[in-house]
Amino acid sequence: MATLADKKSKKLLIINSIFILAWLIIAAFPFIWTFLGSFKVREDFFSRSDWWYVISGFHTIIETGGRYTLNAFREAWIEGEFWYAARNTVIVTFFVVTISLFLGTLGGYALSRSPYRYAFWILMAALVFRAMPHITLVSGYLFPFFQLNIWGILPTTIIVLVAINQPFTLWLLYSFFKTVPKELDESGMIDGCSHFQAFRYIIMPVMWPGVITAGLFSLMLAYNDFTVTAMLLSYENHTMVPKLQSYLGTNQHEGNMMWAVSSVVSATAPLFMVVMFFQKQIISGMTTGAVKG
Amino acid sequence: MLPTCVAMVLFIAIPIVSIFVQSLFIEHKKPTIEIEICDPFGCKKELGVDVEAYAAMNKEKPLGRFNGFKTYIDRNHLAFKELYEGWSNSKTFSEFSRTFFNLPFYKALIFTLTYTLFVTPFVICLGFIIALSINALSQKIKGPTIFVTILPMIVTPLMGSLVLFWMIDAEGIIGSTIQDLFNDPYLSLKASTKLTWITLITYGIWHHSPFAFIVFYAALQTVPQDPIEAAIIDGADRWQRIRHVVIPHLYPVAVFIALISMMDNIRVFEPILGFSAEASAQSFSWLIYNDLRNIEVMNFGSAASTSILTIIMIGILLTPVLIKTWSEFGESR
Repeated sequence: MATLADKKSKKLLIINSIFILAWLIIAAFPFIWTFLGSFKVREDFFSRSDWWYVISGFHTIIETGGRYTLNAFREAWIEGEFWYAARNTVIVTFFVVTISLFLGTLGGYALSRSPYRYAFWILMAALVFRAMPHITLVSGYLFPFFQLNIWGILPTTIIVLVAINQPFTLWLLYSFFKTVPKELDESGMIDGCSHFQAFRYIIMPVMWPGVITAGLFSLMLAYNDFTVTAMLLSYENHTMVPKLQSYLGTNQHEGNMMWAVSSVVSATAPLFMVVMFFQKQIISGMTTGAVKG
Repeated sequence: MLPTCVAMVLFIAIPIVSIFVQSLFIEHKKPTIEIEICDPFGCKKELGVDVEAYAAMNKEKPLGRFNGFKTYIDRNHLAFKELYEGWSNSKTFSEFSRTFFNLPFYKALIFTLTYTLFVTPFVICLGFIIALSINALSQKIKGPTIFVTILPMIVTPLMGSLVLFWMIDAEGIIGSTIQDLFNDPYLSLKASTKLTWITLITYGIWHHSPFAFIVFYAALQTVPQDPIEAAIIDGADRWQRIRHVVIPHLYPVAVFIALISMMDNIRVFEPILGFSAEASAQSFSWLIYNDLRNIEVMNFGSAASTSILTIIMIGILLTPVLIKTWSEFGESR
């Protein structure tokens, strides 16, 4: 909006800046605070007497000799076996993203080139899945999985996550492939390509922006999921988020609260990195789903 | 193409059928057996659970015994009988409402609805204001500002609520400051239902506003410039321009955000765990979770009934939207 509408009074500008600043503090401060606190001992982060201890590290100096300590991280990752949960998260995320992108690109491409109008049904499925609490679906899966004896292992969870995610991925990729002109692959087919060759040599080089966006959303879903992973995985196979919750259950034990704090920091850090790099794609994906939908 | 369809049917239809079937059954009555227990003072006969027979029954019919729709109307779900009794036994309305609020299903219903009704409008307003303000910023600082703005949304709700919870807990920075301010060392969020609800709603607004912001922000880029310039020439001030040009343009987007955020708010679940607010705030998702979380005694029937009721509720909510989309697609055909 760089036209007449841009002329603003100084007063408005100041109000605006103050508001934005306040919002940024509200949005970011909790994370910064937790990050700072994770390098301290429990008595500092949860201190009744003085919140300044989180910065100054009063008890941390007494207990460890330094202002910062990695104790919480070390204990959670090794004693709390957080490394194993992190490994599980990596496996689950990797397979969910790969499988749903593979199915999504093929399906989305086929749907966008087909003469029938599937759009409505995909959109409906995506909506329904968006609306249903995941836990209602999980309670449906749980019993058959027990009977089939496939409860508690990673592959089952991966399949369920892919299924929950698929309608949305399909919808995103479908609307993306719609914007790729049909003439492009038709020209290839005139030159003698088969359907798959046209896909491989003509569509694949141009599809990456859409695929990256869809991949990011699958990644966030799989990485952040709590309901499905907590209910469908046995305790030993838990991924990071349910693991974190299990630390909370036993907060009588002194160290465990700090385990949770440090694992929150360890689990959010990679996610923030991803978002920092791919901010544009995430926002564009949300608006495709939103404005066009 | 075909595999995708098959997979969808498999994973959408089957669980729904599965929970419906499950909801009709209830766990077996535990068969009893007389056991002789002997101690130094003599022997006596007691009734105990016949574990072997119970296991055999479970093996033969893993779903349990058929119960029809009785689970739906028992005390933990629709509770018609309790409601009726409460209505006829209580003299005043407040007495009845006490009975009402003690029934888990209605307790969850009230909380879920309150949460949704408060969070959704606030999210739309706050998201809109943030979008307007960030849109007015200079290009250079827009990027980082947007990054920080969407942080509350991208962390999983459980972690987001924990991060806040540690701050407002009695031993956290905000919690202890408030205690100092009111000079009341026992003031704690967990103590009162009202405060817990307010905290959860605040969290909901914090978590969902970024989503509304993104959608509004994208839509703001598509606002046509000509009407705005025309409005300026006609002497409209900034507020009038927003009121009469921008808001009408964004109206459909706002409806969309309201819909999505209502869907998300109705299934509120993880914040309740994060804030350890189970005692005073329960949602439908939490009820289901509560039935299933203990591996040894899982109440499949009860959980499934709650699920079906939830699905029906969401169905009622979504029907107008589905009909509208359907007719729009029909027109474009």
